[in-house]
Amino acid sequence: MNKKILKRFDSLRLEGEKARSNVIRPGSTIIQVGSATCENAAGAREIREEFRKHIASSGRADIVLHDVGCTGRCSLEPIVGILRPGERPVKYQQVSREGVHRIFTDHVLHGQPVAELILDGTQKSGSRYEILFCRGERCGNLAARGLQARLRERLEQRGVGADVVAVQGVNFADMCVGESKFQGGHFLVRPGNHLYRVASDADLERFIDEHLLADRPVQELIVQEQPIGQNFFELYGDISFFNRQSRIALRNSGIIDPTSLPEYLNAGGFHSLARVLAAGDPDGVIAELSASKLRGRGGGGFPTGSKWQMARKEPGGEKYIICNADEGDPGAFMDRSMLEGDPFSVVEGMIIGGFAIGASRGFFYVRAEYPLAIERIENALAACRKHGLLGEDILGSGFSFDLEIRLGAGAFVCGEETALIHSIEGERGQPRIRPPYPSQSGLWGKPTVINNVETFANVPVILEHGAEWFRHIGSDKSGGTKVFALAGKVNHTGLVEVPIGTTLREIIMEIGGGCPKGKRFKAVQTGGPAGGCIPATHADLAVDYDTLTAMGTIMGSGGMIVMDEDDCMVDIAKFFMKFSADESCGKCTPCREGSKRMLEILERITAGEGREDDIAKLERLGLLMKRTSLCGLGRAAANPVLSTLRHYREEYAAHITEHRCPAKRCAALVRYSILADKCVGCTACARNCPANCIAGAAKKPHAIDPERCIKCGRCFRVCRFGAVERN
Amino acid sequence: MKPEKILKRYGRSGDNLLAILHDIQDASPEHYLSDADLRSAADYLRLPYSFVHGVASFYTMYSLKPRGRNLIRVCQSPPCHLLGSSTISRELIKVLGVGFGETTADRLFTLEMTSCLGVCGVAPAMMVNDRVYGNLTAERIAGIIDDLRRAQ
Ligand SMILES: Cc1cc2nc3c(=O)[nH]c(=O)nc-3n(C[C@H](O)[C@H](O)[C@H](O)COP(=O)(O)O)c2cc1C
Ligand code: SF4
Ligand code: SF4
Ligand code: SF4
Ligand code: FES
Repeated sequence: MNKKILKRFDSLRLEGEKARSNVIRPGSTIIQVGSATCENAAGAREIREEFRKHIASSGRADIVLHDVGCTGRCSLEPIVGILRPGERPVKYQQVSREGVHRIFTDHVLHGQPVAELILDGTQKSGSRYEILFCRGERCGNLAARGLQARLRERLEQRGVGADVVAVQGVNFADMCVGESKFQGGHFLVRPGNHLYRVASDADLERFIDEHLLADRPVQELIVQEQPIGQNFFELYGDISFFNRQSRIALRNSGIIDPTSLPEYLNAGGFHSLARVLAAGDPDGVIAELSASKLRGRGGGGFPTGSKWQMARKEPGGEKYIICNADEGDPGAFMDRSMLEGDPFSVVEGMIIGGFAIGASRGFFYVRAEYPLAIERIENALAACRKHGLLGEDILGSGFSFDLEIRLGAGAFVCGEETALIHSIEGERGQPRIRPPYPSQSGLWGKPTVINNVETFANVPVILEHGAEWFRHIGSDKSGGTKVFALAGKVNHTGLVEVPIGTTLREIIMEIGGGCPKGKRFKAVQTGGPAGGCIPATHADLAVDYDTLTAMGTIMGSGGMIVMDEDDCMVDIAKFFMKFSADESCGKCTPCREGSKRMLEILERITAGEGREDDIAKLERLGLLMKRTSLCGLGRAAANPVLSTLRHYREEYAAHITEHRCPAKRCAALVRYSILADKCVGCTACARNCPANCIAGAAKKPHAIDPERCIKCGRCFRVCRFGAVERN
Repeated sequence: MKPEKILKRYGRSGDNLLAILHDIQDASPEHYLSDADLRSAADYLRLPYSFVHGVASFYTMYSLKPRGRNLIRVCQSPPCHLLGSSTISRELIKVLGVGFGETTADRLFTLEMTSCLGVCGVAPAMMVNDRVYGNLTAERIAGIIDDLRRAQ
């Protein structure tokens, strides 16, 4: 252990603490506004400006505006958090300018939360204490469940009611740290954020007597270590979308200011790097990663430790490390969110990677469509250079390493690692045949490690809390969590981080809240254009790399596109094929031509002009592409078609033989008409029709001109009298 | 900024090509790379013109023909499609009076398709220059375009 390095780090951390407390003085009221692309798209920019004005005109120096990354709750953005000293934090949803005014006047200035704007309608209970009790489902700690039930019983027996305490079952997964992990039960008590570990009924009694009834926290039962998810739970633990998640890769997103190195340091950042450099043992780092069973989060699921090991054992000279931030899978946005919300974690993971494999230069390859992420990375790199965390002789360890940013230019295929390398070299981003693998011969012919954003973000925590802890959270074969991006027909779109092995049902129905408007959940597409669909009947599938492969799909980067009963599987397969045909780089014939042919056939089928042998043709072409394409794009492009054919063959058949779209989605196969006996002549449809093809006098039955109707379906949606028919 | 000035900020090494093309295009009021731009980049980096042209035409974000002052890029990927991106596209075509790949007569807007913008959580979405708009509805389109017109 090189003590000098740790000392350097400690002084850096102290410096950071000072810098931070100059910005946020103790006793301040903090207004937290999300500042990620999705938040801004939903209007966060205007909200922030509005709060700034309000703070300025209030003349209060103890009210601070604090930018944070995104919490991952896309559907309810912009989200605003109000943290008044000594009170439980309150979060608001879909805040508008008028909302800002009310929140500021009522809550910030006068301490009265604005009930109807509160995120998910939580915190209405009004109880003095709130207990978030880990259900132990993730680690299989069943003792926890028994203890929770007994706590509830005892509260009832003692007559401690809802005015005093509200108990919620949550999933921590990562809260069980330290010596006695996985024993007893864990719960967090708010306000105060005391994390209790209890083992017996006597412990429960003591907690009730002393903490709940006499307001004296029981120090002997309180866990002293700071578990990684604690900051997150302190802020968001009362919300069911969040309290079933285990935030490890996303540990700082939505909590810290992503542009502030002091805040990252304050959250424990760069401690792993300092320890790694002080220990000076690259092989030890790799061994720890291998033992953690961390697998690549970019799609392939290759064990990260093995990849680093291969690059490390290549003979000396120059080596490179690359972060793949080309995220282009439709439906995936976790990498963007992570880079916007917590860029330092990824940077730290990369520096550790550079040290482990023996690289002195590394690259971020970021898609140019992510300007804010690029800005945040640039800012993070500059801050690290300034404080000796990048550049020559990092923390006085003798290890020198620096990072550069390279931009993509709108080509999905550049996410493929050999294409990415060509793109960094300044060429057309076309893949080449592997082997040799990049770990042997990569950028400029040198050994190169390429990892995904999320993979790197996990590295510092694994080294901080240990491989065993990380492995325990995941499944037998894959350690840790996975961040999923919920999109499509799901109530709570956004980012969900759960242990690998969590069921689809929990992710989509419980955390995601199921489909909007009470529609039936039909299927979910995982793995984007390279993956396949999983019908709702398999909702109890435990999500892991291998279980998904067995279902004919892949984990991919973690996108989950949810479809409901109104969605047509042929139509969605067509859209994925269109994506692949557009993005095929054209280098090899099976992919270039195959994707075009398959798209033509799918277009024909959805237009009602399918032919008897089209299904067989799709299967033949699909298998051909799978077997003979050069890179992963072409090899996987047929997956959405093959998997929908596997599970929804009858939908294809209905289109082809009966010229019918069972989901009534394919425009060419549906007709809209108005039932004269139900139409009351309210004119709503006519006013909304973009083609102006609905005629009729007020209070008289209307009629659609089928010649001019573009089948947008708007009349069907706006008619409140069920008079528009679709068949 | 003049292309010559941009070139000088970079070393004469081929791996700077993409960044140079980005910068030249960003500096161009018409958001595109002219033949002369490609030639000066090729000369500066000592690369064949055909190679530079090949790179510029491979990546979808580079345009070899002039575009309007505002680039509107509408996401066409499946998640946005599920939530009605086709209605948004139709509305944009109606409001702007041009189709995809075309520029309005006043040269204020070019309408383009794009693959997923990575904001599927607020689908359907589009990007105007560097700014992302989410949770779009057909009703909001005319107002957004008006605002952009007025901002000129
Ligand atoms: C067409 C195609 C696109 C890809 N896009 C990405 C991407 O955007 N991000 C990513 O991390 N990996 C992507 N990959 C996977 C990478 O090639 C590579 O396996 C990955 O970056 C390795 O990192 P990991 O081991 O940490 O997952 C893509 C693969 C293919 C075939
Ligand atoms: S499979 Fe497709 S994307 Fe990959 S090299 Fe061949 S043509 Fe290009
Ligand atoms: S489907 Fe659309 S175009 Fe056709 S009548 Fe209804 S509103 Fe008009
Ligand atoms: S909206 Fe319905 S009831 Fe009203 S005019 Fe149209 S069809 Fe008739
Ligand atoms: S699918 Fe449109 S932003 Fe992702």
